Amino acid sequence: MTGHKDGEAHLQVSRYSGSARINHWVVAISFVLLMISGLALFHPSLYWMTGLFGGGPTARWIHPWLGIVLLIGFLGLFVRFFVANLPERTDWVWLARLRHVLAGREEYLPEVGKYNAGQKFVFWAQAFLVLVMFVTGIGLWPAGLAYFEQLLGFKATIDQRRLAAVIHAGAAVLTIAIWIIHVYAAIWVRGTISAMTRGTVTGGWAWRHHRKWLRKEIGKEPGGPHPAE
Amino acid sequence: MSQLQPAFGLAKRSATTGFVPAAKAETPVAKMIDVSKCIGCKACQVACMEWNDLRQDIEENVGVYENPHDLTPNAWTLMRFSEWENPERGQLEWLIRKDGCMHCQDPGCLKACPAPGAIVQYTNGIVDFISANCIGCGYCVKGCPFNIPRISTADNKAYKCTLCSDRVAVGQGPACAKACPTKAITFGTKDDMKKLAAERVADLKDRGYSKAGLYDPPGVQGTHVMYVLHHLDKAPLYAGLPQNPRISPLVELWKGAGKYAGLALLGITAAFGVVHHLLAGANRVTEEDEENAEKLRGGGT
Repeated sequence: MTGHKDGEAHLQVSRYSGSARINHWVVAISFVLLMISGLALFHPSLYWMTGLFGGGPTARWIHPWLGIVLLIGFLGLFVRFFVANLPERTDWVWLARLRHVLAGREEYLPEVGKYNAGQKFVFWAQAFLVLVMFVTGIGLWPAGLAYFEQLLGFKATIDQRRLAAVIHAGAAVLTIAIWIIHVYAAIWVRGTISAMTRGTVTGGWAWRHHRKWLRKEIGKEPGGPHPAE
Repeated sequence: MSQLQPAFGLAKRSATTGFVPAAKAETPVAKMIDVSKCIGCKACQVACMEWNDLRQDIEENVGVYENPHDLTPNAWTLMRFSEWENPERGQLEWLIRKDGCMHCQDPGCLKACPAPGAIVQYTNGIVDFISANCIGCGYCVKGCPFNIPRISTADNKAYKCTLCSDRVAVGQGPACAKACPTKAITFGTKDDMKKLAAERVADLKDRGYSKAGLYDPPGVQGTHVMYVLHHLDKAPLYAGLPQNPRISPLVELWKGAGKYAGLALLGITAAFGVVHHLLAGANRVTEEDEENAEKLRGGGT
């Protein structure tokens, strides 16, 4: 919905439906739990974090199941948002002017649709890494591997399982680094978090960061404000 | 269950940053298995079951001598039978190797293990799994160059030969060595075992096995279970014993440089965020932006 909320002076634009937000938080929560339980086994100095799950064995068995939750959750996000994340010509202009992006000089940037090139990068990179982590994660999960080996009729060699461990750890580091950028960007660009809590952003936020999207949203309305999704 | 033997000091402890080895080092011990003397009676397997109180499920006979079919969480040692036609001597050789943990001086399982204290190496060289600390992740399986550890589906813990560390702690040799009727298995200090092996190798060479030798692979800095082989140059003949075992470079990468590079990248990314926010400040929506949005709605452009 667009319109004024009680007592608030600014135009509110709807950015995410309730189900999109629930979907996002399922992924967000499972991601954080996966990160904690995974990092705990990544470096001994972080092993104490297994205590948050009730000990090492619990952290070990719960991690792959959380991975399944995240995989399904991310699939939902992918289906919802992949069209809006398809690359377009202005993305390259935006990327070429990354200097202005980091300096917060929006006036030097092209008008952006629902997602800018940085957000699209996060989307596609995480989609790819989730897939990589799922496949390699199976190789690290004794019970899961046995299931898939029987299901698909193959037998993973020990070197394949070792390679899976290396790739899984490497992909995990990249996915966490991208997650840090994602969370930081949401904090740095003030007014963003409400999109994922209440589902709305102010008109000014949309004008400043996603003007093309705002024009489209307002254009949709036959002579007035109209829901975005 | 496999428990820590407090009688021995620790040389290595898994996943323990800042670990300090025991000041007093014990004399390194070793089990020497003379494959040329083995008659395949499996007394060692029985002794191992008895002492460690292990009972492997009864299986189907599938027409091979191995019983059970493989090492399992309940079978920590296994006689593996290989037949080989020796082209030089024109005879069939029955190569029987008692498989089990080699107790590497540089244990890949310990390197791969993420659980503090789940795998230890005593100063006498014995590598022990400490069940109370094991989380059942199976990383030791990936770290091992000899395919030894097995994860129990009953309690999700890893198991393997302890070199009877509980017997050694009270001055006894391993159960398998005690039971072996031909003295193919002997136990003592590593130096003594090497001397004994040298005598056996000389004897085998006298008898025409020119490539006989002691299997104490340098790729893992030597092992505390060694084999006297008639064909040291053809180790894989002995049921796939690796010729030059070493910890996989993939495991070294994963547990070595990879760990530090990974943490560094995460630290740098987080630091970038902090520094960027300090320098650039928050990206705030201005009142002008809000007014422009209002105008856009009002004007319909």
